[in-house]
Amino acid sequence: MIQEDIVRHGISRLVGLVPTLLMLITIAFFLIRVAPGGPFDSEKPLPPEIRANLDAKYHLDEPLIQQYFRYLGQILVLDFGPSYQYKDWTVNELIARGFPVSLTIGALAMVLAFVLGTLIGITAALRQNSWVDYGAMGFAMLGMSIPNFVIAPALILLLAVNAGWLPAGGWDWSIQRMVLPVITLALPVIAYIARLTRGSMIEVLHSNYIRTARSKGLPKRIVIRRHALKPALLPVISYMGPATAGLITGSVIVEQIYSIPGIGSYFVQGALNRDYTLVMGVVIFYGVIIIVLNFIVDMLYAWLNPRIRYDEGR
Amino acid sequence: MRGLFKFSQVLSTDVAADDPFAAALAQAPIKGRSLWADAWHRVLRNRAAVTSGIVMLVMVLLVIFGPMLSEWSGDYTDWDHTSSPPDLETGHWFGTDAVGRDIFVRTLQGGRISLLVGVVATLVSLVIGVSYGAIAGYYGGTTDRLMMRAVDIIYALPFMFFVILLMVVFGRHILLIFVAIGAVNWLDMARIVRGQTLGLKNTEYVEAARACGVGHWAIIRRHIVPNLIGVVIVYVTLTIPQVILVESFLSFLGLGVQEPMSSWGALVNDGAQDMESAPWTLAFPAAFLTITLYCFNYIGDGLRDALDPKDKS
Amino acid sequence: MAVSCDGQGDGPEGGRSSRPQPVEDVLLDGRPIPSVLADEQVLIRGNGEEPQTLDPHLAEGVPSGHILRDLFEGLTTEAPDGRIIPGAASRWNISADGLTYTFYLRRDGAWSNGDALTAEDFVFSIRRSADPVTASNYGNMLYPIANAREVLSGELPTDALGVTSLDRFTLQITLTDPTPYFLNLLAHPSLYPVHRASLEAHGRQFSRPGNLVSNGAYMLEEWAIRSHIGLVKNPNYHGADDVILERVRYLPIEDQSTELKTFRAGELHWTYEVPNNQFKWLRENYPDELVVSPWLGSYFFGFNLLREPFIDSPDLRRALVLAIDRDVLTDKVTQFGELPSYNLVPPGVTDYEPAIPDYVSWTQEEREAEARRLYALAGYSAEKPLRVEIRYNTSENHKKVALAIASMWKQVLGAIATLVNEEWKVFLQNRDQQVVTQVFRAGWIGDYNDPHTFLSLFHSDHGLNDYGYSNSTVDALLQEISSERIPGRRQRMMQETERIIIEDDPILLVYAYVTRRLVDSRVRGWQDNVMDHHYSRGMYILKARSASSGRAKPVDVGGE
Repeated sequence: MIQEDIVRHGISRLVGLVPTLLMLITIAFFLIRVAPGGPFDSEKPLPPEIRANLDAKYHLDEPLIQQYFRYLGQILVLDFGPSYQYKDWTVNELIARGFPVSLTIGALAMVLAFVLGTLIGITAALRQNSWVDYGAMGFAMLGMSIPNFVIAPALILLLAVNAGWLPAGGWDWSIQRMVLPVITLALPVIAYIARLTRGSMIEVLHSNYIRTARSKGLPKRIVIRRHALKPALLPVISYMGPATAGLITGSVIVEQIYSIPGIGSYFVQGALNRDYTLVMGVVIFYGVIIIVLNFIVDMLYAWLNPRIRYDEGR
Repeated sequence: MRGLFKFSQVLSTDVAADDPFAAALAQAPIKGRSLWADAWHRVLRNRAAVTSGIVMLVMVLLVIFGPMLSEWSGDYTDWDHTSSPPDLETGHWFGTDAVGRDIFVRTLQGGRISLLVGVVATLVSLVIGVSYGAIAGYYGGTTDRLMMRAVDIIYALPFMFFVILLMVVFGRHILLIFVAIGAVNWLDMARIVRGQTLGLKNTEYVEAARACGVGHWAIIRRHIVPNLIGVVIVYVTLTIPQVILVESFLSFLGLGVQEPMSSWGALVNDGAQDMESAPWTLAFPAAFLTITLYCFNYIGDGLRDALDPKDKS
Repeated sequence: MAVSCDGQGDGPEGGRSSRPQPVEDVLLDGRPIPSVLADEQVLIRGNGEEPQTLDPHLAEGVPSGHILRDLFEGLTTEAPDGRIIPGAASRWNISADGLTYTFYLRRDGAWSNGDALTAEDFVFSIRRSADPVTASNYGNMLYPIANAREVLSGELPTDALGVTSLDRFTLQITLTDPTPYFLNLLAHPSLYPVHRASLEAHGRQFSRPGNLVSNGAYMLEEWAIRSHIGLVKNPNYHGADDVILERVRYLPIEDQSTELKTFRAGELHWTYEVPNNQFKWLRENYPDELVVSPWLGSYFFGFNLLREPFIDSPDLRRALVLAIDRDVLTDKVTQFGELPSYNLVPPGVTDYEPAIPDYVSWTQEEREAEARRLYALAGYSAEKPLRVEIRYNTSENHKKVALAIASMWKQVLGAIATLVNEEWKVFLQNRDQQVVTQVFRAGWIGDYNDPHTFLSLFHSDHGLNDYGYSNSTVDALLQEISSERIPGRRQRMMQETERIIIEDDPILLVYAYVTRRLVDSRVRGWQDNVMDHHYSRGMYILKARSASSGRAKPVDVGGE
């Protein structure tokens, strides 16, 4: 039955978490150390003896394999180590402070994108090939056709500098400072969800069982709401997993332009600064989130479509 | 997927009385209307797709031949006209950037790079994705499970981060951009192809071929891959705009194509900084970029609707 | 006051009339009278990027420097115009041979938690700064102190350092060489005092708000990483009565365009920098706020003398140096009023006449003609052009300058230069290894106001000598300069050293830096200074006035 399937699937997912994470950690660990340059290269030269001390302090002078296993040991107790770049902070602290911010704007963006995206997609599908369809889809696709590093400064210019309605960036947990970043983050996702919904809805509307329902004389609105909506939304739900993960781990571009202290920029800045520990921390964090989200999505998918059976693969 | 070709005969209107079939065979042209023709006709009816197709054609011609029309070259620094607005007299039709380079020529040359990156990176991900997916789907069983599990694992890696790492480790050569973006993008293609292959594998057509003793590779090459073309074409047209956008993000982070080469992404990024003081540096490259992305998306949607209206991708 | 390049400052117009204009700045004995002051004395400063650390002995980079200067105070400190004035020490004696400095600390000096600031604090702190375990990047600032080099390299223990306390409030520092700029060094964060008890109690967490004990005009109130750092007035600071700003808020806004927009939206008083390409626009739209002033820094490109084509090629290097039109570069490319430069030590160094090469007085045409002559002499021609790579790290400005240089070399000489834009760490490593570099972006912002900070870069052993430059005369001169006590002779030797370095062309000098930022016209109490050190403790914010008017100048109604 469904419950058994869910439990079984859940356990297999959790078990699958371990090799996935291990793979993730290993790839990231070695790849970032292959990059030329290290965390302590700087324009103020360090005398070689001091450099040697520093390397010893952070165990960078040990053979790579040894550093790797040392790191794995630390992770097991959830100690991600000190950040090399932000010397007064540990990686745990940085993620703990940055993640709630990214989570907030990411989640809000996802909600906005889902609501608007599906609305636009359904509307377009119901009036396929009409001007409403072209108009709505054309508008939605703007989100995918203009890079967000153009939209964001334009929004700031119009709404913060010229009109003065909203602040020009920064973060203090107030609603005003969330508006622009959430909109900017949501726009490309709205576009993608709208297309997905439209395509899926059209397909469902043309399917046999919908036609049967209509031919039986059921009113259109009821047919759509009760019979078409759920299956049409299935592909959207599967897309939401990775999309949400991407959104809540922060978009580096949005965070940089709006000056938001999320964890998005740690992915990029961490790599560029060779902050090994910070990079590893956020990569692992991201991996866990994606796996958890995929799991939730699978559950949602199953609940919406009980005919799916887990052991067959998707 | 329906892998069979439909044949329908069109008989001529005058049929000989005594031997209708002989007469018919003698006169009637046998005009096969294949699945492709059907699809083509459906695409042609999609106005958005057709318009986009024409626009893209013009775009390609422009980026190839356009720079020759201008007296300026893309790397000449015109010191007397730095950051100057569009001006027909000076020949800087789209204006100049902060070091005096002509934006018209730069935009078109940037278009060459952007389109090149789009196409080549997509091809890279195509080759990897199709082979991977076809093999996984065809062999099925444990091979399939393992290969798809690997895909799941790779899916859990933060994409941007790995592209950046690859750029950092291997340098910023343009070939690397192709490979980096392509290598990180093949996962969706692999999943789709695998799904399709699983379905195709069980058709009577393929079973018959196996019964005749046709080898695995031959089956994959001759029966599976050609039937994937529809899906693949759709995927390619929809991935190219994504890739172009990814390259623009890399440019924002300072990791895109190297100077003096430029791409729409790099031009748009530079222009966005000065959108108030020098709006022409943003407006023209952004217009080209946006139009191109729109066109590819409309074409892709049109192709998808036409070729495989029931396809779920 | 501020050098705002010939903008008439007639007040804003049209859509920008909403920008507040300051009331007349009225001073009584040099201090503003209360009625002109804004009710809320909170200064919001843009600070570029999140500081790596607030530990003064580990901090590196300009952003952390600004914050640390507000939090701490060294034995000496700086006046708004950059002069060295007493800080934690109220006076000092220098021995006749210039090797022994005796500092008499203020009796009312205190930490922010009320503890007295004693000589032992300085002994502890300077030893900690020199301790190899601390691994400070600024060890070189301590070199003048006796035994500092040996302590930093671990040969001697930290108590061998030439720093002792003679009594509770008297500190004595012994130097290896008479270092005329030593008092400048004492104003640098690497020589700031740190509070021993909190360091020992909190370890790495000692720099958190609530834990950090500082002796400057401000204390650390808030630290939301990558969001803001909030400082609040330190009631125990000896000069607290004269400090007007109650709070200072530092915002690490990385994106230049966003910082500008934040300023324009009225959410920032003081920016870190301004977008590169918008000088004209800023000068037209924000003439009162745009501040451009000379900075003690020299922007140049280095030649790798250990690799082709620059091994033993003085003619080629001179040709490349002469072919650049620096006036066009600063006027058309960088545009912010940078000063074209042909010599190493930038203007603004007190009491120093830089060495000017003879070709400075030629016209650009003459220089280019000579460049072509030397280029041919070096064996290059149109058929056999020079092919060389210019490396620079990712930055809008470096890109523009590198492009300009490549373009000029092509247009004047026919040399073909390819640009290689590298990411920062890769760039640093390549420079250091000297294996792939040919021409690379270099430059130097002085750590202290003395030519020595620039000249020492060219010692054959200097850690940043990525040019592979080695001239025994220069090394010898640098050695003599360190031990020279007579100022006149020292200046002449430094000038000679600079002349030799320029003559050898290990670098392509381009311009002297300027700082450029926007400052709200209501913020006063600061002055341009060549080190770009602006202490919040002297600043204040004027009330806004509703009608717009021209630029206000302070009116002193008291004293002199």
